[in-house]
Amino acid sequence: MRHHLILRVVTKLLVGSIILFAFYVQFHGDFSPGGGFQAGVIMAVAFILYGIVFGLGKAQAVFPPWVVHKMVALGVLIYAGTGVVSLLLGYGYLDYDAFAPHHPSHGQHYGILAVELGVGVTVTGVMVAVYYAFAARPARLSDEEW
Amino acid sequence: MATELTPHAAMSLTEQLPVLQVLVPFMAAPLIVFLGSRGLAWILAFGTSAAAFVIAALLLGQVLDGSVISYHIGGWAPPLGIEYRIDAANAFVLLLVSGISAIVLPYARESVASEIPRRHHTLFYACYMLCLTGLLGVVATGDAFNVFVFLEISSLSTYVLIAQGSHRDKRALTAAYDYLIMGTIGATFFVIGLGMLYMATGTLNMADLADRIADQGANRTVVAAFGFIIVGMGLKAALYPLHLWLPNAYTYAPSVVTSFLAATATKVAIYVLLRFMFSVFQPTFLFEGNTLEFLIIPLAVLAMFAASVIAIFQTDMKRLLAYSSIAQIGYMLLGIGMLSQTGLTAAIVHLFNHGITKAALFMGVGALVFRAGGSFFDRIQGMGKTMPWTSAAIVLGGLSLIGVPGTAGFVSKWYLVQGALEKGWWPVAVLIVASSLLAVIYVWHIVETLYLKTPAKDIAVGEVPNSMLIPIWIMALACIYFGLATDITLGAAQAAAKGLLAGSSGMLH
Repeated sequence: MRHHLILRVVTKLLVGSIILFAFYVQFHGDFSPGGGFQAGVIMAVAFILYGIVFGLGKAQAVFPPWVVHKMVALGVLIYAGTGVVSLLLGYGYLDYDAFAPHHPSHGQHYGILAVELGVGVTVTGVMVAVYYAFAARPARLSDEEW
Repeated sequence: MATELTPHAAMSLTEQLPVLQVLVPFMAAPLIVFLGSRGLAWILAFGTSAAAFVIAALLLGQVLDGSVISYHIGGWAPPLGIEYRIDAANAFVLLLVSGISAIVLPYARESVASEIPRRHHTLFYACYMLCLTGLLGVVATGDAFNVFVFLEISSLSTYVLIAQGSHRDKRALTAAYDYLIMGTIGATFFVIGLGMLYMATGTLNMADLADRIADQGANRTVVAAFGFIIVGMGLKAALYPLHLWLPNAYTYAPSVVTSFLAATATKVAIYVLLRFMFSVFQPTFLFEGNTLEFLIIPLAVLAMFAASVIAIFQTDMKRLLAYSSIAQIGYMLLGIGMLSQTGLTAAIVHLFNHGITKAALFMGVGALVFRAGGSFFDRIQGMGKTMPWTSAAIVLGGLSLIGVPGTAGFVSKWYLVQGALEKGWWPVAVLIVASSLLAVIYVWHIVETLYLKTPAKDIAVGEVPNSMLIPIWIMALACIYFGLATDITLGAAQAAAKGLLAGSSGMLH
């Protein structure tokens, strides 16, 4: 299985920059188009591309399914947890003013960053989980029979 | 901009109750998945359900006098922000949903262990908590679109929960799939209706919607929106000709899921119908009055009879009870259709009373399934001798289903008959009593099977564990308690009916 040399080299080059771009979209979501949803999908694409080119086994060695499942839950916990923190600070649920009481616009900023991080983590997890679920299904026909 | 701020007054825990009602069970779901521990999953699920029940009781205590609590999510004021709005009507339903969950979960431990493979347990409880969150959210929120979001949360998790019955009977998969298709059509109709309302009014906050619809009066868009919302929610509530998903879903779902859903899911849909019919749209509009009188009432009466007759001929006890549920939903819709204080009180109190009655019965059947491995009459026959306590609880539940005086079912039917008489609808009152006689037949069918036949040979003898028996008896005794001490249920239902009939004037800021 040493064919597709160009694909393999290009993939290795691209995976890093895709992940970097995902982080860029994640943390600039509050100023430019983007945010957790888009960043999560881009991040997942890096792993899905790796899986398509190098095989499911290699991808799952890098990003094991149990980690993926925990990420799905963790993102929701980050989002809801942000609300719980604001609630404990004596503000309403998800009232971001709580994070910088003397400078609410900063508070809104921090709050958005926190919940978008949660969204990003969950979306990455869900996208990769969907890919694993489909890719891990046994093939009806083996490759030779095609 | 920061210099001219007024200092923020810290909110007390009591002020946070409306959001905690939904947030506490919601946090449990991802936490269960994240921790991934079977033992902790159940503890978290039960702990948060119990907490939700306490919160619901506190909320009901605050709004019983007719006051309304408004909570702004994220500090954004309605109508732009999402508002949680608690009044007597939804606090009462919150109490029912969280109470049923808190009683079903102790029962769930053994029942789930016997019906679902161990490796699915943590995800099962996570889905269960999502379902509970969705149901509570639908009831607590005052934002129409938020209703749709929570409805989808509860529906999607419900499909998964029903499909878990496939470890016992593969037909659970097709039942879940049917419900997925029907439920999605229902949700789509509902959201189409909301879209039209948004087009006509430019708002999604229920109180604001009510104001604007009242201002502009009826037009084609508003009437079409009403139609879509009634059909969409009618599907979710199993309104008679739209009930086809229900019998299979209830029959093949795991016993715990059936007990929980039968007592809560359709009731929440009925609540949404109430909310839209009375708070958002004005019952004084001609189209709504006509819909209620010429569409809802005939369908309700049809449901009472057709579903009861079908129930009589069932050979599977779970399916029998499922058809009986469709008939009972008919009673609630009949009460709503009367458009009077008494009728609405009857509908709301029946929503509660039927919830606890059906929970008792389905939990009882679940206990029979636990020993007999199935709910067909030839499997469970004669079990009145081998499982006397469970069977006795089922009989109590059955009596409440019929509406024998002294049980919860009697209270609601009594009010329903009174509502019909107030309106001078003698035939309807006669029909209510006549359909109750049909209930006598199918409940007798159950009693006969349990007590007057000899048990099948290959069945494990003995009662179910106490962790299952005690919740069943709590429900069975609740059927009696709420039949004798009617202050709580009737008081809350009357306050709720009053608030709803006040229409949008009761919702103005």
